Amino acid sequence: MARTTAHATQDNDLSRRTSPAAPLAEAFEAGSVAGVAELREEPFLTMVGLRVKRGTEVGERIAAVTGGLPEGSGGVSGNEGTSVLWLGPTEFLVVAPMEAHEALGGDLIRSLLDALGDGEGQVVDLSANRTTFELTGSRARAVLEKGCSLDLHPRVFGVGTAFSTEIGQIPVILWKTGEESYRIFPRASFADFLGRWLLDAMREYASPEVP
Amino acid sequence: MLLISCPNCGARDETEFHYGGQAHVPYPENPDELTDREWAEFLFYRDNTRGSFAERWLHSTGCRQWFNMLRDTVTYDIQAVYPMGAPQPTVDPDPDDEYGTASVAADSTTTGSSGPSISGTDLGPVDASTAPKGATK
Ligand SMILES: [Zn+2]
Repeated sequence: MARTTAHATQDNDLSRRTSPAAPLAEAFEAGSVAGVAELREEPFLTMVGLRVKRGTEVGERIAAVTGGLPEGSGGVSGNEGTSVLWLGPTEFLVVAPMEAHEALGGDLIRSLLDALGDGEGQVVDLSANRTTFELTGSRARAVLEKGCSLDLHPRVFGVGTAFSTEIGQIPVILWKTGEESYRIFPRASFADFLGRWLLDAMREYASPEVP
Repeated sequence: MLLISCPNCGARDETEFHYGGQAHVPYPENPDELTDREWAEFLFYRDNTRGSFAERWLHSTGCRQWFNMLRDTVTYDIQAVYPMGAPQPTVDPDPDDEYGTASVAADSTTTGSSGPSISGTDLGPVDASTAPKGATK
């Protein structure tokens, strides 16, 4: 059982930290086409890895903090602000706003650790593990389909579901947050490659359509 | 590209999976009592089956769970997916299965004695004595 917490210090200067895709911020802006395919990084979201069995006593305690634990593949549950993504039968990822992190005074991780207690499972701060891309627009699905083998058609991939898969051969978690909006979670070291890959995939939609 | 049905996630591309080798290879009950040869055989010697083969797979970019799969090494037909620890299911050899039209004589040196699961299919004469000694466990 691993217990990991961030150690907030008095002089945390968060303004000096750099997100994994920060060097691409300008390129993302230049490569985005409003309403068609827009890409940006949503940095520093609070993410917590959970290992716990649903339905057990400790699972219920943790579910009470997160607003439920999703049942199976694709499932996302949660309450306002906090979402829990299904990663495996006993593995989940909590995604919450940056402010939920204790470095900024949030108490999400502390509450999860308290709920875990000495029960069987794991609560690990993974906020620095992945970054978040937000891809939106009418052609967002077409962009993803160039490098993702999942069936992304709305009749299969509904709003509010998330899957671990690959985009451009990069392992990611892909979460459909709206009809035309997706959150993509690549690990930090893949953010640069995937960011450039997505920009490349978006490029054709910036050009006038061939009649 | 194989489309593999993960028991947790459903059908996904082969690239999301990692191959884990032959299934049902038990860890020796008394490893200390093994001779070097027996230990080496446990570690490195695996069947090289032509036909139905039980193997382990890991859904590494999905749910990260292991499972077993029964796959035909000739046709790549996936005959069964079943949990780790479960006994190997029996699959009736499909009489309609054709192992292609290529002559088997050319690769007879890599073909061991034909297993019972493929005995009903037309493989032509297979001479077990031509197989190198190390190829059969
Ligand atoms: Zn899976």
